Amino acid sequence: MDHEPLIFERSRPGRVGSNLPECDVPRANAEDLLGKENLRGKLPLPEVSELDVVRHFTRLSHRNYSIDTGFYPLGSCTMKYNPRINERTAALPGFASLHPLQPAETAQGALELIYLLQQHLAGICGMYTTTLQPSAGAHGELLSMMMIHAYHADRGDSKRNVVVIPDSAHGTNPASAASCGFKVKGIPSNSRGCTDLDALRAALGDDTAALMLTNPNTVGLFESDIVEICRLVHEAGGLVYCDGANMNAMLGLTRPGDMGFDVMHFNLHKTFSTPHGGGGPGCGAVSVKQLLEPYLPVPTVVKDAESGAYSFDHNRPKSIGKIHSFYGAFLIAVRAYTYIRALGPEGLRAVGENAVINANYVRSQLQDSYDVAYNSPICMHEVVLTASRQKQQSGVRALDISKRLMDYGIHPPTNYFPLIVPEALMIEPTETESKQTIDEFIKVMKQIAIEAVERPELLKGAPHVTPVSRLDETLAVKSLDLRYEPLFEDEG
Amino acid sequence: MQRRGLTNNVAYISNTDTDRQEMLNAIGVDTFNELLAPIPPAIRWSGDLPVPPALDEHSLYRHLSSLASRNANAEQMLCFLGAGIYDHFRPAVVGALSSRGEFATAYTPYQPEMSQGMLQAIYEFQTMICGLTGMDLSNASMYDAATGLAEAALMAVHTTARDEVVVLNNIHPNYREVVKTYLRSASLKYVEVSPEEAVQSLNANTACVLTQSPDFFGCIQPLSDISTAVHAVGGLLVVESDPVALAMLKPPSQYDADVVVGEGQSLGNAMAFGGPLLGFFACKKKFVRSFPGRIVGGTVDLEGRRGYTMTLRTREQDIRREKATSNICTNQSLLALAATIYLSALGKNGLHRAADLSLQKAHYACSELCKLKGVSMIFPDRPFFKEFALRLPVIADVMNQQLLKHGIIGGLSLESYGPDLAYGWLLCVTETKTREDIDALVRAVDDILVKETC
Repeated sequence: MDHEPLIFERSRPGRVGSNLPECDVPRANAEDLLGKENLRGKLPLPEVSELDVVRHFTRLSHRNYSIDTGFYPLGSCTMKYNPRINERTAALPGFASLHPLQPAETAQGALELIYLLQQHLAGICGMYTTTLQPSAGAHGELLSMMMIHAYHADRGDSKRNVVVIPDSAHGTNPASAASCGFKVKGIPSNSRGCTDLDALRAALGDDTAALMLTNPNTVGLFESDIVEICRLVHEAGGLVYCDGANMNAMLGLTRPGDMGFDVMHFNLHKTFSTPHGGGGPGCGAVSVKQLLEPYLPVPTVVKDAESGAYSFDHNRPKSIGKIHSFYGAFLIAVRAYTYIRALGPEGLRAVGENAVINANYVRSQLQDSYDVAYNSPICMHEVVLTASRQKQQSGVRALDISKRLMDYGIHPPTNYFPLIVPEALMIEPTETESKQTIDEFIKVMKQIAIEAVERPELLKGAPHVTPVSRLDETLAVKSLDLRYEPLFEDEG
Repeated sequence: MQRRGLTNNVAYISNTDTDRQEMLNAIGVDTFNELLAPIPPAIRWSGDLPVPPALDEHSLYRHLSSLASRNANAEQMLCFLGAGIYDHFRPAVVGALSSRGEFATAYTPYQPEMSQGMLQAIYEFQTMICGLTGMDLSNASMYDAATGLAEAALMAVHTTARDEVVVLNNIHPNYREVVKTYLRSASLKYVEVSPEEAVQSLNANTACVLTQSPDFFGCIQPLSDISTAVHAVGGLLVVESDPVALAMLKPPSQYDADVVVGEGQSLGNAMAFGGPLLGFFACKKKFVRSFPGRIVGGTVDLEGRRGYTMTLRTREQDIRREKATSNICTNQSLLALAATIYLSALGKNGLHRAADLSLQKAHYACSELCKLKGVSMIFPDRPFFKEFALRLPVIADVMNQQLLKHGIIGGLSLESYGPDLAYGWLLCVTETKTREDIDALVRAVDDILVKETC
């Protein structure tokens, strides 16, 4: 694929790319209206035609891999098919062209959707209620830490300043806890890749605010001791937070609320099929048990028992406050709601079941060619392999295997995560992929394992067929090029 | 195998019964339930989840359409609300291109060889945000303007090693609330002052002052004095601004702003009941190692070809964990892409024109409304851009209720925003409103005032 110039390089003075109306009101001088001292000089933006715009961004799209393009077994990210009906409903003018500050009685359909989705999510995870306000998983984590902080403070329990986090956790967990002023105490995983109960017991004390735990954990394994883990934390006076990144594994099969978790975040952009958008927007909805309900961010959506009318409740004295300009990513909520209603209880369970079958199938078929982390006999929705054997044999690393997959038109698994597995390759096929597609992937992975022995240089130089080959990341940091400078030079 | 939920008629699941049986055989188990062995039986869920039964696609669309139809929206009605979310014109190319599956269904571009399209678009976005704000560098976007402001305050706290954040009270109240939440949870000091008190409130503990221009009321906020004062005490100047207004207004960089944040929704993104939104964050070069969020940089590949990649990643949470500059792990790529397409399609001249049309129409609407008996401007001496605050002879909520009957979504009632704002009404007029629309608003307001005040 040829190089695509920057939009600025296509710019020609005087070219226009959109038809704006003529001024139909009496015109005043902008200098008089705004004050000459407040007006700017030149505006460094491109000048291109509408066709230039269409070609440029269409060409860029051709240089981007996506779920629509092919298999995307990126562990921990749940790259499942994003149904088109979700896009159609989210585009309805009654949702998309709604102003957040219009009177509540003119937005009853939107408020009802928020209210219902909050209930459905709480039911799916076994909690009391839900807020849709966090914009991403990490935002949900931060909110949860704020609520846990407020909960302890409200009880006058001010010495609880430690959050315990296993070493297998996502990096956002310690970062979110630290953002909230908590000290982070890491605990090692045991020889099975799960939480070490003795290490947990040793870490807990009267300073424990919470435990943050991902279940199934980032090795793709269900924490079988979860009930005891939650009991221990509660006994110490702490709360238990579930990182719901891996909720897809549990849909209809088991519920975090029943395990003992007090609060969890969902990634609606993972479990509930809203598009990842190349990095966002997402929604990190948070469900809580009743004990945390008073601390939810404002406003909440309430339903009047008599009239059935929905409204916002801003008057919640114990709330941690506001965390979003308005109410969160409403159009993401529309998509997730559409998805839940398309599947129903049976469909949701089918998601969990097929996600688990597909991952275990991958594990069973690749366990001879690669080592399975912790030799786990059963995984949940994802399997973590390690390229340690390949690294030892021929110096081929997880990165090389990942890059070589690109030559076969497949997106690499997550690599080098979790940090506790050396040369990790974390594979999450998701429930939407067929056995046919997965068989293709297995064939390619086996082929690459053979190539790793026979032609290691082929892997170390991969990818060979993508628009660009490996990029010089060191140069990117050393000679920072973060914007198109000629645009600013032209402006003088 | 146990047949609970393993239905073939779920369109989003590709496996057939035969596929599943073959896979279970290959795994070496007889039934699916054997794969649930790690889940203790006591916590297995055996019933139906408490959600309504599945709907076929057609019924589903009808159900969602019926929910949507219960919302009065800006396509059926004339909407004069602003206050952070704006009904600007969105060219068709924006939706057509940004909704392409290659962009929408991609993950964060951690594998640059397969993600050059989105990476290049984000690089273009960063360039355009630098162009609008006049700043040296921009990140790849943030959740919204409010969290952008909060992150700017936290960055100022970290880089100055001070713990006090001064917040002007003419900033959008929702944004102030979000900043307050973030600062409270980090045990930092939030000091809210009026613009008049701002200079005196600064001291050796001031990490930064947060300002907004145009402010919540649409007025241009003078920045020179506060800029000089905050820099004199060693703090940072943070400016929240409207990107459309920046097509005409002097960029905050010319007031020596250290950080400029804002809401990019109006750059081609839907109002969407207030989300998802597009926060932008631009700053001076000296904060290159300490600013939050993702950033894309240019580099070369093994053959020397130009390419783009996420860079400066050692600031981020997946590497630094509890020592990261922020806990943020996502940006709003798809909305940033839409903004990039929008800014390309409108371009230098189009954006200026959209801004100028908004300016002209807002001033026309304001002067026509002020001709009505009892209607006056709350801030008559301050220049405004596309929003203006009026005082009505009736409570604005009453006015808004009546306007709905005329097919008009009125302005924001300022009744609950402060004692000095009683009878206040904040209106916004953009280029999407014709003179006819504005005249219809003025006539309706006139009719309502005659009825309500006689």
